[in-house]
Amino acid sequence: MSKAVSALNGASFEGFVKVEETGLRGMITVRGDLDGAEMSAAVKAATGAQMPAQRKVVSGDKGVVAWMSPDELLVVVDYAEVLETVATLTTALASSHALVANVSDARAVYHVSGEGSRDVLAKLAPVDFGKDAFGAGDIRRSRFAQVPAAVWGNEDGSFEVICFRSVAQYVFDLLKVSAARGGEVGFH
Amino acid sequence: MLTLQCPYCGVWAEETELHAEGEAHLKRFGPGSSDDEFEGYLFMRENPKGVHFERWRHSNGCGKFFHAARCTMTLQVFGTYSAQTLEPPQDIKDKISAVQPNWSWREFS
Repeated sequence: MSKAVSALNGASFEGFVKVEETGLRGMITVRGDLDGAEMSAAVKAATGAQMPAQRKVVSGDKGVVAWMSPDELLVVVDYAEVLETVATLTTALASSHALVANVSDARAVYHVSGEGSRDVLAKLAPVDFGKDAFGAGDIRRSRFAQVPAAVWGNEDGSFEVICFRSVAQYVFDLLKVSAARGGEVGFH
Repeated sequence: MLTLQCPYCGVWAEETELHAEGEAHLKRFGPGSSDDEFEGYLFMRENPKGVHFERWRHSNGCGKFFHAARCTMTLQVFGTYSAQTLEPPQDIKDKISAVQPNWSWREFS
């Protein structure tokens, strides 16, 4: 099998904040009845995490689970373990109406870290990135300039931005322009 | 700019995150219906100056369709509600009546 590479192969940019493409990341879309007992058991088995509440991200010992919509979750694990996790989820959800799809190679992920990260994101998305409105463990699906993207807050104050792989370069360029020195806002 | 709350993900989304999807509460007339009914279903749309019910989609977000009740004249938003309904819920109707007591829209009032 050919060697898997991420969209921008770990490109990074250092402006007044740091923007890095995180490289390969296992991502699984799970759709189904999120209130069902089977779903929470499946998520627990696959990641060790509890079912996230609306617009929340929860980490477990094996991965991270993000709430994407009332019937959709995103499960994030190591790239090497993604097939195993898909198998675990598929087995656990076998008797309910659900979808488990490996979308690892269809997405790109960016890590935005440093003082002023909130300003960098706020320039691109119509979202309130104030500390009270959006913090660690929150996820928000929105648009970055002209393309859909999702962003969540990490415990250390950094952010992860997920977009479609087809627009990976576009989103990286956006983040670069937004994070370029001389563009500091100092609002958040 | 319009800001609507998506009833599915709870986000206060501004207009550019949403997509307008036309009139709410259309009743479909398909095969077997009369020509007049089919024409009405396909082409005849409300265009009121006042209370209006619209369908929106949270396209750059959770992706769900929802309904919104608002006034096209004052731009007041009375509320948003689930798309899994055939008519506006009573609390939305009450909110409209509190501001515009004599409102009517298609068969609703």
